[in-house]
Amino acid sequence: MSFLDLLELDFVQTALIAAAVLGLVAGVLGPLVVTRKMAFAVHGTSELAFTGGAAALLLGVGIGYGALAGSIIAAVLLGVLSRRESDRDSVIGAILAFGLGMGILMLALYKGRASNKFGLLTGQIVGVDSTDLNLLVVSSGVVLVVLAFIYRPLFFASVDPDVAVSRGVPVRALSVVFAVLVGVATALSVQVVGALLVLALMITPAAAAMRVTASPLRATVLSVVFAEVAAVGGILLSLQPGLPVSALVTAVSFVIYLVCRGIGALRRRVLV
Amino acid sequence: MSAISLRGARLSYGDRVLWDGLDLDVEPGEFLAVLGPNGSGKTSLMRVLLGLQPLSSGTVLIAGGNHAIGYVPQQRALDQSMTLRGRDLVGLGLDGHSWGFGLRGRRERRIRVDAAIASVGGSRYADSPVGVLSGGEQQRLRVAQALVGDPAVLLCDEPLLSLDLANQRVVSELIDKRRREADTAVLFVTHELNPVLPLVDRVLYLVGGRFRVGTPEEVMNSRTLSELYRTPVEVVRVRDQILVVGAGACEEQTHHLSAEAAS
Repeated sequence: MSFLDLLELDFVQTALIAAAVLGLVAGVLGPLVVTRKMAFAVHGTSELAFTGGAAALLLGVGIGYGALAGSIIAAVLLGVLSRRESDRDSVIGAILAFGLGMGILMLALYKGRASNKFGLLTGQIVGVDSTDLNLLVVSSGVVLVVLAFIYRPLFFASVDPDVAVSRGVPVRALSVVFAVLVGVATALSVQVVGALLVLALMITPAAAAMRVTASPLRATVLSVVFAEVAAVGGILLSLQPGLPVSALVTAVSFVIYLVCRGIGALRRRVLV
Repeated sequence: MSAISLRGARLSYGDRVLWDGLDLDVEPGEFLAVLGPNGSGKTSLMRVLLGLQPLSSGTVLIAGGNHAIGYVPQQRALDQSMTLRGRDLVGLGLDGHSWGFGLRGRRERRIRVDAAIASVGGSRYADSPVGVLSGGEQQRLRVAQALVGDPAVLLCDEPLLSLDLANQRVVSELIDKRRREADTAVLFVTHELNPVLPLVDRVLYLVGGRFRVGTPEEVMNSRTLSELYRTPVEVVRVRDQILVVGAGACEEQTHHLSAEAAS
């Protein structure tokens, strides 16, 4: 089949739409996640999304809903248990390890097709059907609307918490709300790139963008562009050779990151 | 009407009373320094005024309410890689607490932010990432951030800490200029009175649940401070500096003394 024939296929088109929606959500959230130093929290949340997905598989309900439930529970747990900044790292580590173990147990108990199991960890975007796509689009819409409403105080609380508190910004409540938004986005990404590679969409594009600009608006726009290029570009590249989508998504996103690091380093040398 | 008004204010955590029966009026344009050793309740007073901490009893009133307050924090090293320019930091002081994106009135917003940055002489580095600026430059932007909302009250929490002498002078002069031009009341929490002594109208001195309010002459003398600390404290005036010497009365000031002696 030629490349163009492949693009005609329904499941490929569904996958591309899913990737584009995810790229947008992950790209918008990314700079805030990086600013708040939540990369490890995202990773932990994605492992719990995997656990939720595995539980759903075992119980025979939609994996998407299981993943969503798992990561929202994870986000709330992290928010409640890590009241102090210094606790956060170890709390995530503890929850992550337990969640992953439970997920593996549930997969072991599951008697269905093995490819379903592997897909949860490494992504199975070509398996996204129209019900999944609906869930994805609706949840993404909700995430973006909530984010638009809380964006300014959230950004204030992320970069300048002391002064934000003094201006009456509900810093603690916002951090829980944001953790839940990240949880939802993570659960959605799990469908596409798998639990192990969520960071490639949520962290890497934002980290790359933040290397080349200090303007928050420009960083967010670039982060969305990079995430789109990685998600959509990764799928397109994977079609013809029939390689795993997640491998190419992460590869594209990492190349962008390296290039941006290079540009950032060069520019700093010129300035200094 | 006073800019800040405390009546019979008491703050206690369980048995520990930070202060009780505190009556305080700060007038528009007045510069009040808040002094005292660590743990005497300076920061708690700040939190009460910001509305973050309820009083155990008594009342607190800020003219114009909480949004009429500008807040200048301590200088802390900002993350070098933070995606934030000087103008973004200042802009957050204007409307960072409001919900939504704030797409309306961007022109006017820009004009106000530019004006605030210009008033502290920060236009040159307004578009640089804040993480690469010096402590003094960051602290000037902090002053702009506090002033951009046109506050009636300016709360400063050790804003000179970790700045060198030249920058201490610049930052305190910026704050002084503001209160003279716009009649803004200034409440200035500090370990060190000397850098702002020429600007100070009155002092609030807090020690172990006791306090004294008055002009620097009324408070910063051996008798008053000995009463407050309940131990002999010597206050010496050397040129235009006040030096406090006592049995560990106020560590910071004795440190300062030894630093002065060394230089």
